[in-house]
Amino acid sequence: MKKIINNPENVVNEMLEGIVKAHPKYVRRIEGTDVLVRKTSPIKGKVALVSGGGSGHEPSHAGFVGKGMLNAAVSGEVFTSPTPDQVFEAIKAVDGGKGVLLIIKNYTGDIMNFEMAEEMAELEDIKVKHVVVNDDVAVEDSTYTSGRRGIAGTILVHKIAGAAAEEGMSLEDVQRIAQKVIKNVRSMGMSLSSCIVPAAGKSSFELEEDEMEVGLGIHGEPGTHREKIKKADEITKELLDKILEDIEIKKEDEVAILVNGLGATPLMELYIMNRHLHKLLNDKNIKIYNTIVGNFMTSLEMAGASITILKLDDELKQLLDSIADTPAFKNI
Amino acid sequence: MISNTLLIKILNNIAITIKENKEYLTHLDSVIGDSDHGFNMNKGFNEVRQKLEPLQNKDCGTILKNVAMTLISKVGGASGPLYGTAFLKASVVIKDKYEISEKDSIKMFDESIKGIISRGKAKQGDKTMLDALIPAYQIYKDSINKGNSIEIAISQAQKAAYEGVEYTKTIKATKGRASYLGDRSIGHQDPGATSSYLILKSISDTLNNINK
Repeated sequence: MKKIINNPENVVNEMLEGIVKAHPKYVRRIEGTDVLVRKTSPIKGKVALVSGGGSGHEPSHAGFVGKGMLNAAVSGEVFTSPTPDQVFEAIKAVDGGKGVLLIIKNYTGDIMNFEMAEEMAELEDIKVKHVVVNDDVAVEDSTYTSGRRGIAGTILVHKIAGAAAEEGMSLEDVQRIAQKVIKNVRSMGMSLSSCIVPAAGKSSFELEEDEMEVGLGIHGEPGTHREKIKKADEITKELLDKILEDIEIKKEDEVAILVNGLGATPLMELYIMNRHLHKLLNDKNIKIYNTIVGNFMTSLEMAGASITILKLDDELKQLLDSIADTPAFKNI
Repeated sequence: MISNTLLIKILNNIAITIKENKEYLTHLDSVIGDSDHGFNMNKGFNEVRQKLEPLQNKDCGTILKNVAMTLISKVGGASGPLYGTAFLKASVVIKDKYEISEKDSIKMFDESIKGIISRGKAKQGDKTMLDALIPAYQIYKDSINKGNSIEIAISQAQKAAYEGVEYTKTIKATKGRASYLGDRSIGHQDPGATSSYLILKSISDTLNNINK
């Protein structure tokens, strides 16, 4: 294992200390916890958004704490859901009296821990609701799985639900908006290499020099299948086709697209994918309203990328356009 | 009958067992999950071990409740809420009691499993810890009802749990992170079932004075 770390047991704590030092205008840490909140929390009279999950996906989620997106991010150990007491601390710190929406990615551990935190908050009369993001089309939503995983589409949920909260909408409305995004967002990813969880010290899986893993997860879990590596345009098409098999997008529909890097893939390669993604969508007469390219939902040093497509309507377009100012996502 | 002193010894030995198997559990998890099971379980039970000393003279319910809260707040992932809920449900059965009877132990085992089912929304055959725990519970209950001691019953139960772990190699995961692998999860044993088996084996070894 070759990593710039001190001790595997301290990576999350030391990372959070570094984030606060880097972005003191945006975030502060709730003492004794792994919770980062907006510097001015709680904000009275607004619904607060709390997200989180295992660490190792930076800038998710602490990087999205700020105006127009999250109020708090809870960081678990690497690829491990945070515990209920931590999520509860986040809820208490950001509740401005109008309720708190938890944005959970669809993983068994995340759901159990966040739901336990929600139960704790209800006992203290804090209004809490949650949504579960499950945008990954690699995994079939059937009785044989615990549903689809939540991956990069989560960023768009943060952005749009965050904008709704910023406009002063009620908890029920912010939840409705978040659910609308979830209903209309799909992602599909692939990887060229695995990643090393610091505590494990070795790669989660091995890939041959000429292989790629399709439909990977963001925790180093293997994908749905393995193929010989292809050219960028072919990879882009394969990912998009899988998404379009799953959600009906008609001619003249408008979409937002997100080309997300998994950590070790250069932006150069993400832009190459983006270029072809535009061509493919143009050929189908699907209108691209908004394009986002970058590393938003990563998986440590994994090389690879995911494509996310969000089908838009007027309400979502307007919320997507509104101001967001966070360390890792700006729309000013 | 299990006294509060013996309960502390059992918990201490479970923590040691988990520590000894940290790498093994992590390895099993790296194949079909996310490589954190051994690390997180060890982190939680190590914390449990440190909390046992001041609990020495407390009643069994208080001891287990403290274990539960420690696991919930320290383990994370799916194992924290599941094992935490299991210990919490068991603790309610023996609230204020300084001794655990044979009858209590059946109820504790039963309540733990019910807690895991309701928290995790899984069932037998989903390739989870339930595939070790449910057959172990059935053997345990039958054995005690036949008039056997806790020592004999738990020894039979851990063997059933082991068979349950072996069974998880033959089935496809349908819950938890391994479920995303579909057919590719077949052939690998479930880390959660394995840690459940190790916990039961550790209880059995302690009660039967093996190695400890």
